[in-house]
Amino acid sequence: MNKKFRLSSVFDHLILILGSLFMLLPVYLAFTTTSYDNVTIQTEGLKFWFGDKMGENFGDAMFTPGGFTGSITGSTMLMNSMILGIGFAVGKIALSMMAAYAIVYFRFRFAMLAFWAIFTTLLLPLEVRIVPSYEVVHGLGMTNNYTGLIVPLLASATGTFFFRQFFMSVPEELQEAARIDGAGPFKFFVDVLFPLSRTMIAAIFIIMFVYGWNQYLWPTLITTDESMFTLVRGIRQVLLSVVEGGEIPQFGRAMALAIIAMIPPVAIVVFFQNMFVKGLVDSDK
Amino acid sequence: MKRARFSNAYLPIILLAPQLVIIAVFFYWPAITAMKSSFYLEDPFGFGSQFVGFDNYTRLFRSDEYMKVARFTLVFTLCVTVFSLGTALLLAVKADKIIRGAKAYRTLLMWVYAVAPPVAGLIGVMLFDQNIGAITELCAWFGYDFVLGVNYTDTAVAMIIVSVWIQIPVNFIYFLSGLQSIPKAVREAALIDNPSGFGRFWEITFPLLAPTAFFLLIINITYSLFDTFGVIDALVKNQPASNPMTLVYKVFVDGFRGTDFGGSSAQSVVLMILVLALTVFQFRFVERRIHYT
Repeated sequence: MNKKFRLSSVFDHLILILGSLFMLLPVYLAFTTTSYDNVTIQTEGLKFWFGDKMGENFGDAMFTPGGFTGSITGSTMLMNSMILGIGFAVGKIALSMMAAYAIVYFRFRFAMLAFWAIFTTLLLPLEVRIVPSYEVVHGLGMTNNYTGLIVPLLASATGTFFFRQFFMSVPEELQEAARIDGAGPFKFFVDVLFPLSRTMIAAIFIIMFVYGWNQYLWPTLITTDESMFTLVRGIRQVLLSVVEGGEIPQFGRAMALAIIAMIPPVAIVVFFQNMFVKGLVDSDK
Repeated sequence: MKRARFSNAYLPIILLAPQLVIIAVFFYWPAITAMKSSFYLEDPFGFGSQFVGFDNYTRLFRSDEYMKVARFTLVFTLCVTVFSLGTALLLAVKADKIIRGAKAYRTLLMWVYAVAPPVAGLIGVMLFDQNIGAITELCAWFGYDFVLGVNYTDTAVAMIIVSVWIQIPVNFIYFLSGLQSIPKAVREAALIDNPSGFGRFWEITFPLLAPTAFFLLIINITYSLFDTFGVIDALVKNQPASNPMTLVYKVFVDGFRGTDFGGSSAQSVVLMILVLALTVFQFRFVERRIHYT
């Protein structure tokens, strides 16, 4: 009995190790590729150990201007990605907390209508209405600026839905007590509801930051000016140069940029793992 | 719904206004435009448009190319959903069972959640590369010549593998939390009734996981349809013509690379109906039937 148990546990670990390797290996190989020059990679293939060119490739990806106009560097894209990620997360949280607060805690006319108008947006992702959305934003002259990049992405109810669910789970007695104590809607929000929502806000911030940072299709359409590129948007340019360039593909530099584009969202998810998992599982149900 | 509520005439309107304005401008306006322009044929040079009724739709459903894309989308969605759910379930069951190193495995299996699809696609392009790709070499070792971006089936397989890779973490997280929420008393009772691990899984654990699994089914179908855009864009290597693509990618290709605005809008509307049907399905069948708690 005991021996059988041990054997099955070895088998369990084996499966988990294989699974972990499957998740890890592709990125590991991308990482080792950043440490070789392009000729070595092209002639000798991918390597499982590190070479000595890592500094050069990362330096190149970060600071050497590239692109058609020669004006964009990795650090500019990193800044744009930060603006998009943080701007999107903060905008989403502010808008959806306000809307959810109105829906859950107020009695007013057209409440049902507002509720449905907002939640219908859950039905149609941006990808489905991408062409007309682009036309609208283009018509408003919002291409190539941060507003056009961030605001249209905010037009969905995901955050509102999370906060509505959360506010509904807050005991009603709190609001009654606050009312008896003479607290108005503003004071109730600031002194009671906001402090209660802190963990929820942090969890949603992580999810939304990753979502905003990883946006690809929308930035690809909206930013044609290279100085507005985000890292993930810049990946498309890198890709085109890798697959179409006549000369030796610059895999070292391309992978360095891919790693840079991965680090912030991966770091935030790994470091705040418990909060992130709780936010993801609680909010989507 | 709450019983105690504030009654203030203006405050809720002010609180809702920003979200409603953004939704009106960036959601309802484009969605309505898409529906409207799906009934018009637009002049390629932008000189005007003509009402053509359902012509864009009939043209779409009679087009062999569109049907080919639709078939691929179906196969792709099926494969991505089945493989990512299956792998994640296996890993979650094992991660739930073991005691030593559970936290390390959880981290190792979920961090890919944060990798952007096009970044994964770029890594895929490298791994499936003709000259240097590790997977290409592995295939060559088995005597198979893998050609990404040229051979239709090869490209499709690469798209499925990369898409599954990114989707495993989400499924893993939900399955694991679903497993961990099964009460200890139920597990112990099951252990007494049925000592065989495999039978216990199918008779006790899996039915208890069913709500999670159905929820994930919808999530995965939506993911395969919409969020794989970056993966596909990377792996077609800028030559969509002969390569497999999904319905969403085709909306993009026709709307921005071609000039078929009416046709592209009709495709958008078809996708809207598809998503609507999925959502109705989710609420009608899944949410109602699967209740074990």
